[in-house]
Amino acid sequence: MTDLLYSDVEESLRSSVRSTLQRTVGDDLVARLFDEPSTDTSAVWRALAEQLGLAGLLVPESLGGVGAGPREAAVVLEELGRAVAPVPFLTSAVVATTALVVAGDEQDLPRLASGEVTAVLVLPWTARRGAWTAVGESAEPVAGALDADVFLVPVSGSGGETSLRVLTSDEVSVEALTSLDMSRPLARVSVTGEGREVDSGDAADRAVDAALAAGTALIASEQLGLAQWCLETTVEYAKTRVQFARPIGSFQAIKHRLADLYLAVVQSQSAARYAAATLADEDPDQAVAQAVAGSWCSDVAVLAAEEALQLHGGIGMTWEHPVHTYLKRAKADQLALGTPDAHRSDLAQLVDLTL
Amino acid sequence: MPELKTKVRDLLDAHDPATTDPAEFLGARFDAGLAWVHFPEGLGGLGLSRGRQEEVDRLLAEAGAPEPDVGRNSIGLGMAAPTLIAFGTPEQQERYLRPLYTSEEIWCQLFSEPGAGSDLAAIATRAVQEGDTWVVDGQKVWTSGAHNAQRAILVARTDTSVAKHAGLTYFVVDMSDPGVDVRPLRQVTGEAEFNEVFLTGVRVPDADRIGEVGQGWKVATTTLNNERVAISAGNDREAGQIGLVAQQWRDDPSVRTPGAQAELLAWWVECEVTRIAGERLRQQLESGQPGPESSAMKLAFARQAQQITGFALELDPAKGLLYDDWTMVRSASASFLGRGPGFRYLRAKGNSIEGGTSEIMRNVVAERVLGLPPDHRPDKGIPFKDVPR
Repeated sequence: MTDLLYSDVEESLRSSVRSTLQRTVGDDLVARLFDEPSTDTSAVWRALAEQLGLAGLLVPESLGGVGAGPREAAVVLEELGRAVAPVPFLTSAVVATTALVVAGDEQDLPRLASGEVTAVLVLPWTARRGAWTAVGESAEPVAGALDADVFLVPVSGSGGETSLRVLTSDEVSVEALTSLDMSRPLARVSVTGEGREVDSGDAADRAVDAALAAGTALIASEQLGLAQWCLETTVEYAKTRVQFARPIGSFQAIKHRLADLYLAVVQSQSAARYAAATLADEDPDQAVAQAVAGSWCSDVAVLAAEEALQLHGGIGMTWEHPVHTYLKRAKADQLALGTPDAHRSDLAQLVDLTL
Repeated sequence: MPELKTKVRDLLDAHDPATTDPAEFLGARFDAGLAWVHFPEGLGGLGLSRGRQEEVDRLLAEAGAPEPDVGRNSIGLGMAAPTLIAFGTPEQQERYLRPLYTSEEIWCQLFSEPGAGSDLAAIATRAVQEGDTWVVDGQKVWTSGAHNAQRAILVARTDTSVAKHAGLTYFVVDMSDPGVDVRPLRQVTGEAEFNEVFLTGVRVPDADRIGEVGQGWKVATTTLNNERVAISAGNDREAGQIGLVAQQWRDDPSVRTPGAQAELLAWWVECEVTRIAGERLRQQLESGQPGPESSAMKLAFARQAQQITGFALELDPAKGLLYDDWTMVRSASASFLGRGPGFRYLRAKGNSIEGGTSEIMRNVVAERVLGLPPDHRPDKGIPFKDVPR
């Protein structure tokens, strides 16, 4: 089977991303976004995009990118998930970039790679591979649209086939929506211009499907990082919080819940790594891997955040403790790019377990 | 290492699997160092990394070579062998490993007692030294395969004046000793896979002591860690119980309902992520990174086996109400895939008890992996003889 471990290069990438995030995402930055959606988070993305070159991670070297692959992107997403980082890496550098790479675009990718602009695939954030329709007048809820410069919109061409078009910010109107997860705020995007076609017909469908597949495969790593943070933080809390003259982590009721959560997270790590690795290797098993990771990792991230909130007790319910930002990201991630149930019905087709 | 392939080829050339007696073939395989390639040369191995074994197993399987009998001798192959390599003397290794590998000598495990299951270090079976012999008295329980076994690994108490973990010693027992009385213990399945073993004045030579006197807990821990790794070994997609229900779903349209499909897919996903996690654990072990996941994996396997075997009965309720055979038998093998769904449902109940209960596994994960504070242990540091029982 494919390699499921992390390479030394990936571990060093991880530590760069982690230290950059520690420096740029302050204690209350994410929570503040719920009160003040206009809070400036651009410094976080600038540091990741410009100093670490993450904007161009999946862009070929010939177009000014790093030419890395899904394995490296997965490690970045684990760290972004750990921090609930408010950056457009998943929406721009993974999903929209994949669509442009598959469509063979050479015009916008160099600008995306430099981090100078960000792009968004204009489809509801609930879309998944094989389950999306061309955009008419508008689409919602779209993630990653609020600060985007390049809008990649699949519309219906004159003959009913898909036309994948690039529109500028002058050719769309973007209206912010109040979102469950304000660290990845959603918007209504209305199409007002024509833009330029980058691909059409089956090739355009393939580009969009590839983008959504990459999103499904890699959001699992964001969910993994989020779940790992919740587990580690809760374990630390259980070691230090004393009730009845004992650390609460010495009570079996608590220990057993955390042991079960640890197991679920270990399973998530393997599922997420497998999804990233099969995507990187263009392995024919990747659709199964995506359905498995898409259903398992999103449920575990929600479980981890819910357990973290419960086991932190009263403090977990407060605005001042960061666990609520993890819960909101986890629940939103579970609904993004296909619900667990939707992924399981895809799986039923793939492994011949249909009704 | 190209000579590994050559060694397999040489073995197959000298011993045609089609015409060679299985025990003789396995003996030759042991002598060629292809039994456990990570064991030392002369002891069934070649001193290579553990990961190289897969290649040998694959080549031999392709050639139709006989396999070691894991069903009958799982204790010997999975637990006694690695313990002997870690703690045995050269004489013990020389004497025991080869017949163990060929299954000419079947092994069992004299660990659990009526008063010491999860609290294994609380065992009361005594071993008293008389010259160069130890005299053993006590009762063991849940001893799988004892009725077929020639040898046993035994943990016994050799000192009651020290704390419970410190007074234990580890031995090899000859099951044909006149003081060994094996009685079948009938289980919920109706069969007697397990036994009670009564030990009365059993004489064990000091030469059959494994490790130092008083070091039995350390030796037993090695055995138990190997047990948990063996229980959670990686597998193919849809191996085990999930494969059986998936096949049932495909074969029989009458079992298909939306509710059952939702449940089946959820279990399919969970089995698949556990399979990949098992593979990841194997890769970690191969690359020399210690993996603390195996105790957690055992939890997953137990739950899946139990829930899926129960689900299988619900899928076809008319058949689920029936049972294949209530005859009391003393089975020779631990494999239970060959029996009916009712047997599998009942037998799987043992998966969360054998090899450490799921509750103990959770404690192991919580304390040794996550570093949470230990449970309150009132017998800690107290001489065994003073512990209230």
